Amino acid sequence: MYVSPDLNKGKNLTVAVTGLNANDNPGPGLAVIRALRTGFGEGLKIIGLAYETLEPAIYLRDQVDKTYRIPYPTAGTEALKIRLQQIQDIEQIDVLIPNFDAELYNFIKIEQALLQMGIHTFLPSHQQLAQRDKVNLGEFGKKHQFNVPADEVVFTASEIDQIANKFGFPLMVKGKFYEAHTALNIADAHKAFHKLHAKWGLPIILQKFIKGTEINIAGLGDGKGNVISVIPMRKLYITEKGKAWAGITIEDEKLVALAKDFAKATGWKGGFELEIMMDDNGSLYIMEVNPRFPAWVYLTAAAGQNQPKALVYLALGNPVEEMNTYKAGKMFIRYAWDNIVDVEEFQKLSAFGEL
Amino acid sequence: MKLKANIATSENGFIFNPATGDSFTSNGIAAEILAYMKSGESEVEIKKKILDHYEVEPNQLERDWDDYMLQLKEANLLDL
Repeated sequence: MYVSPDLNKGKNLTVAVTGLNANDNPGPGLAVIRALRTGFGEGLKIIGLAYETLEPAIYLRDQVDKTYRIPYPTAGTEALKIRLQQIQDIEQIDVLIPNFDAELYNFIKIEQALLQMGIHTFLPSHQQLAQRDKVNLGEFGKKHQFNVPADEVVFTASEIDQIANKFGFPLMVKGKFYEAHTALNIADAHKAFHKLHAKWGLPIILQKFIKGTEINIAGLGDGKGNVISVIPMRKLYITEKGKAWAGITIEDEKLVALAKDFAKATGWKGGFELEIMMDDNGSLYIMEVNPRFPAWVYLTAAAGQNQPKALVYLALGNPVEEMNTYKAGKMFIRYAWDNIVDVEEFQKLSAFGEL
Repeated sequence: MKLKANIATSENGFIFNPATGDSFTSNGIAAEILAYMKSGESEVEIKKKILDHYEVEPNQLERDWDDYMLQLKEANLLDL
């Protein structure tokens, strides 16, 4: 039998986190860790789970206590399970928070096996994961009466011209898991198709362009149709990759209501991010649904709703009440910082798979 | 003309709209007018105060007032 740790004593709590790639297209891992450190205090032990040796957060030793390499998702669930058992024998992880879209399928699949090891998670189901997938988003919008831009899923470049004629330009060209390009003409669209195909595989999604203000919503669903927390953020500075490099919390009941409707329609369990475009008429379009916390999730803690901390409570079976208030006007401004590391550390992780 | 209820203003002329995340800066006189508007004073009352305290012709004030209200409207700060 597994006994939940006393959450008032941070020393008893060990949380494993993936998504340590804090680069120009950052994973949410470091922000999740920061929120947990704020929420649980100094005694918390953070185990980093990394795929690559140059994931920057691995080397932030004041944030990540110990890092282990884990197999890529393509290695399958058995390899992941074996590796996590090895790590669990040493670390006694209480909660694991996966932060990559591409790894979620495997983690959901081994959810019960992890629980038997004593590792708690709070993840959506495979069905929930599939219905919000970019490939199925159009259908999802129709089914639940959400505004979603018209899109088409394509498997060959020859399909592009006809769809581009229908949607016009600019045209959004999106990868299966990550990345989106705004194509201004047919040549752009073909180039983006081949680039995304090479990087993320097929299919590619062509989506009608919606002009407006980019707003993201970070949320946490309890798996019963309710949201525990909703924080809307307007992007203030957007990188070439379309990522928010600065943002500000805003208060708009329509945005909170949309997140609540999403959780109700899906029964969403776990962290999520809605990528919203608000057009000039104030209509809200769901551009994407990410099945995990966003990379800016620390802003939720700063604004008064610590979503990663609440997820840990939920994962351990502790009740969490809905959080209703937050501070509008809280900003995040991301920065790049050169962390200096000795090659020995890099070598250790490369050779032994842990640091 | 009323400012939206949730608009935050500061003494130094900074205006923040928490619904959109937009922020603006205004000069001294604009900040003073905003403060009057926030405290619920009417257009007539505010204009009288400006005329009493500043050397400005009524016609000039009317023109500037209309221009300022147009800016506030375009910035989505007025409760219409």
